[in-house]
Amino acid sequence: MSRLSQQVVTLKIDGRDVGARSNETILEVAHENDINIPSLCSVEGLSVVGSCRLCLVEVRGTSELVSACSTYVREGMDIVTHSERLSHYRQTILSLFFSERNHLCAVCVSNNHCELQGQAQALGLSHVEVAYRYPQLPVDASHERFVIDHNRCILCTRCVRVCDEIERAHTWDVAGRGVQALVITDLNEPWGSSETCTSCGKCVQVCPTGALFEKGKAVAEMSRRRRFLPYLAKTKEKSS
Amino acid sequence: MKTDIARIPPPSDDKRWRIIDTTMRRYGYDSHCLIETLHSVQEAFGSLDDQAMHYISATLGVPLSQIYGVATFYHLFTLKPREAHHTCVICVGTSCHIKGGATILSAIEKTFRVKAGQTTADGTLYLQTARCLGSCGLAPVVVLNEETLSKANQNNVIQRIQEIIRHDA
Repeated sequence: MSRLSQQVVTLKIDGRDVGARSNETILEVAHENDINIPSLCSVEGLSVVGSCRLCLVEVRGTSELVSACSTYVREGMDIVTHSERLSHYRQTILSLFFSERNHLCAVCVSNNHCELQGQAQALGLSHVEVAYRYPQLPVDASHERFVIDHNRCILCTRCVRVCDEIERAHTWDVAGRGVQALVITDLNEPWGSSETCTSCGKCVQVCPTGALFEKGKAVAEMSRRRRFLPYLAKTKEKSS
Repeated sequence: MKTDIARIPPPSDDKRWRIIDTTMRRYGYDSHCLIETLHSVQEAFGSLDDQAMHYISATLGVPLSQIYGVATFYHLFTLKPREAHHTCVICVGTSCHIKGGATILSAIEKTFRVKAGQTTADGTLYLQTARCLGSCGLAPVVVLNEETLSKANQNNVIQRIQEIIRHDA
C-alpha cells in the first residue's frame, strides 16, 4: 500500500488546523508540524510499542487519553497535547521511571545527552515523590566494545526492536515480567559470548539513556549517532 | 519456505526428544508453535534447559533471546529442574492409561503422599505426568530418573522407588 494512496484528513492539534494522511499517527503529524509531544519509547524507523505512555494526549469528545505514537489520525480530530492533567500524568510517569532503577545523572555516561533527563527537564520535574527502589542490578561489560548497565535501563525496547527489525539479528529480548523484567542477550548469556550478536552497535546508538554505551566513555561523554536509521528503515520498507 | 530449513539432530538419543519433534512437526515447524513446543519439553523433561532451547531455536528458526523471553514470562515454565533428588514421570497417554497408568499414578500418590506435579515434603521425590512418551508398545511406561520402566505395574514401580530412596539413606 503506497503512502500516497492514503486519504487526506484534516484535524486540529492544539487548536492549529493541520493536514495529514490517514495512515499517519498523531505523533508523526505533530512532528511534521513542529509540535512537540514528549515520548521515550518511539523512534522513527522502528515499530511502535507504546510502552512509555509519555505521549498520551487528549482527544476532545472522549474522556480517555490515547497514546499519540500508536493512534492513527482521523478526520476532524481535535487533539490537545499539553494541559495540566497531561503534565501531571507525564511527571508521574517520569517519576516512576526514575524510581524504578538507579538513575544517577551526575555519574552517568549519558549525562546531558540523556532523553529521560531531557524529558524531565522539559517537563519541569524537580523532584521525585515516589520512593526509590534502588535495585541491585548487574552491569555486563563482557562485550569487546559495549557495556550494558541495567541500572539505567527503562525497558523502552528500542534495542530489542532495532536489533530485530533493522539488523535482523534479534540478539536482544526482554526476559521475565513486571518489576523483574530485564533486557537479555541470547539465553541470558554474557553479551560478549553471544553467538548471534553482530557487534553492529545499533542498539547502543538508539538507547535513550545511559543503559547501553561504548567502552571508554566517561561521564557525560556518550552521545548517540542515529543518522543510519532513516535510510536503513527505508530500505527495509522497500524490500518487504 | 519452512521445509528448506535443514533439520538438526536432537541433542541426545533420549527418546523424549521424539515427543518434542512430534509437536513441532504437527505444526509444520512454524515459529508460532513455540509455546506448544516449550510445553512439550517442560512436560517431558520437567524443565527447559539451554540444550533444549538451542535445539528448538535451530529447528523452528526462533531467536534464542525470544525463547528465553517466553520461557521466563510464563510461570508454568521452569528453567531449572525442580529440587528433588528423584524424578518419577508417569505416562498417562491413551495406551498407558488403558494399560493401567492411572492406577500406578494413584498408587504412588497414596504411598508417597505426593500429588502429580509436586515434590514430597522431604524433597526426595518429584512426581510428574506426561502425555505419551512415544513408546506405546511398552505401556504402561514410567520413567524413574534416567531409567525407563516398561510394562510397569504399581508394585514394581513402588518397589523400585523405595529401593532408590533406600539407596540414598
